Amino acid sequence: MRALTWHGKHDVRVETVDDPGIVNPRDAIIKVTSTAICGSDLHLYDHYIPSMQRGDILGHEFMGEVVEAGPASSLKVGQRVVVPFTIACGSCYHCGKKQYSACDNGLPAENQDIAREAYGHPMSGLFGYSHMTGGYSGGQAEYVRVPFSDVGPIVIPDGIEDDQVLFLSDILPTGWMAAENCDIEPGDIVAVWGCGPVGLFAIQSAFLLGAERVIAIDHFPKRLELARQLGAETIDFEESATYEAMMLMTGGVGPDAVIDAVGLEAHGLFVDNVVDQIKASTFLGTDRTHAIRQAIIACRKGGRVSMPAVYGGFVDKFPLGALMEKGLTLKTGQTHVQRYMPALLTAVLEGKIDTTFLISHRLSLEDAADGYRLFHDQQNEATKIVLKPGMASRRAAEAV
Amino acid sequence: MNEHAPNHAERDDAPVVTSKNIKASRELIAASVTINRPRSEIYAMVRNAASLPRPLRELASVDFASETPRWRIAGARGRNAEWLVEITQEDPEVAINWQSQADSDMTASGKLCFADVPGRGTVLTATIAYELTGGLVGRLLGSLFQTDPSLTLRRALRRLKQYLETGEIATAARNARVAAEERNGG
Repeated sequence: MRALTWHGKHDVRVETVDDPGIVNPRDAIIKVTSTAICGSDLHLYDHYIPSMQRGDILGHEFMGEVVEAGPASSLKVGQRVVVPFTIACGSCYHCGKKQYSACDNGLPAENQDIAREAYGHPMSGLFGYSHMTGGYSGGQAEYVRVPFSDVGPIVIPDGIEDDQVLFLSDILPTGWMAAENCDIEPGDIVAVWGCGPVGLFAIQSAFLLGAERVIAIDHFPKRLELARQLGAETIDFEESATYEAMMLMTGGVGPDAVIDAVGLEAHGLFVDNVVDQIKASTFLGTDRTHAIRQAIIACRKGGRVSMPAVYGGFVDKFPLGALMEKGLTLKTGQTHVQRYMPALLTAVLEGKIDTTFLISHRLSLEDAADGYRLFHDQQNEATKIVLKPGMASRRAAEAV
Repeated sequence: MNEHAPNHAERDDAPVVTSKNIKASRELIAASVTINRPRSEIYAMVRNAASLPRPLRELASVDFASETPRWRIAGARGRNAEWLVEITQEDPEVAINWQSQADSDMTASGKLCFADVPGRGTVLTATIAYELTGGLVGRLLGSLFQTDPSLTLRRALRRLKQYLETGEIATAARNARVAAEERNGG
């Protein structure tokens, strides 16, 4: 089959690789019809995430058709499904509490040691996201092996376009959980740092969960415009002084809840043997930790801090004093995707949430490497890139 | 006195295997796992290693049900170590104490403990004490593990938990051919 594989920093290629097949009884094989490039894929592209190996297939946002189901799978051949990016067993203690991203059994035993060293505990498996999260082949491919297919994938009714439901795999539930973690009360003002896909979905979700106002912070004009279309007030941090603007826009109180949807990029993961690299990247990334620092400083006394943004390692100058003195509550974590999928699918089908506005580019899987370059270099224009394995290659067409 | 019994240290209640100061006369490793299944089920499976799937059985197990029970630990690149053992004391569904047989060329003993945790299943704790003689066996062991033997033990318990809780052992292998290569130490 054809698949997008990782070969090093800024080096991804579409290659012919081994087809997937059923290995365990609960597996299913999915023929991918749509798959997206995630902002967190850029961390792999920029090689900030260790434990990557040449030839790894990327991609954790994908959907498609079931072409083979293991004897213990609940799926049927021919069904269309969206697959959550978290690989969870459904039967351990954490899955029982719907904490799917904390699943005990999603990671192969031999892949659990790195996270035990780095974080104290291994988390669930993830598709296409380094060997620390399992080394599973991802979905930017023609076919994928999906473990625990009786727990993760959600069946999509006929007549629904891929683009309407694809983001149930990651960024929509992630934005929703970010807003849910704000414990929004009537009349609340929620501030969202970062108007990428997760931030934009967090804005929609915050309104649906009862926020009176949402204030969105970014510096890309196109992304701020999308936030405004969703009903948010905006602050361009290159244009205006964020803290001062926030205080004036909230009567000197500050937002009741703040969301960091920016994350690391410059800050790493990591295991002991790259501590120096972490320190270096942390110092280099002072501006980039700015989002969570600024969010904590702006948040009102007794307010809530929600951090869906991805962090991997250590940060410097974290305002622990402000967190304590103001009595803030911090909630975070990888998304428990399986918990949110059914209700969010219903919301999409009922027209309460629109996801298609986000998509700026649709490319053939064959042009995936171009897609990475575009998403990396042109963050204003490229808000979300969807890859279609079935689509004719633009690059190939141009070559004819 | 059982030197690897938990709660042995005098100054605190932490398992002695975690002590920074007590130097055991033998190498001491321990690992603990909480399995969301009834104690009787886990006990029956561990007691009779033949009931375990092959990858689990081969990683680290003792088949106490056999007439010649062996402690088995998988090493690197598919090479395994095995020693004849005998049960010294058994409290059904609570604990199994075992030690290597006198004519075995390895001196080792171990204990498996099973305890209920309300709402969470069963805690299984495995403790093993062994002597690295420095002779042929010691060198063999070193070359087998290439790493901390406690890592092998911990991985074995994780796989047992996966099998009992999910009915399968998690693997990232893309297809059955790759999975078979990995099983054979490829």
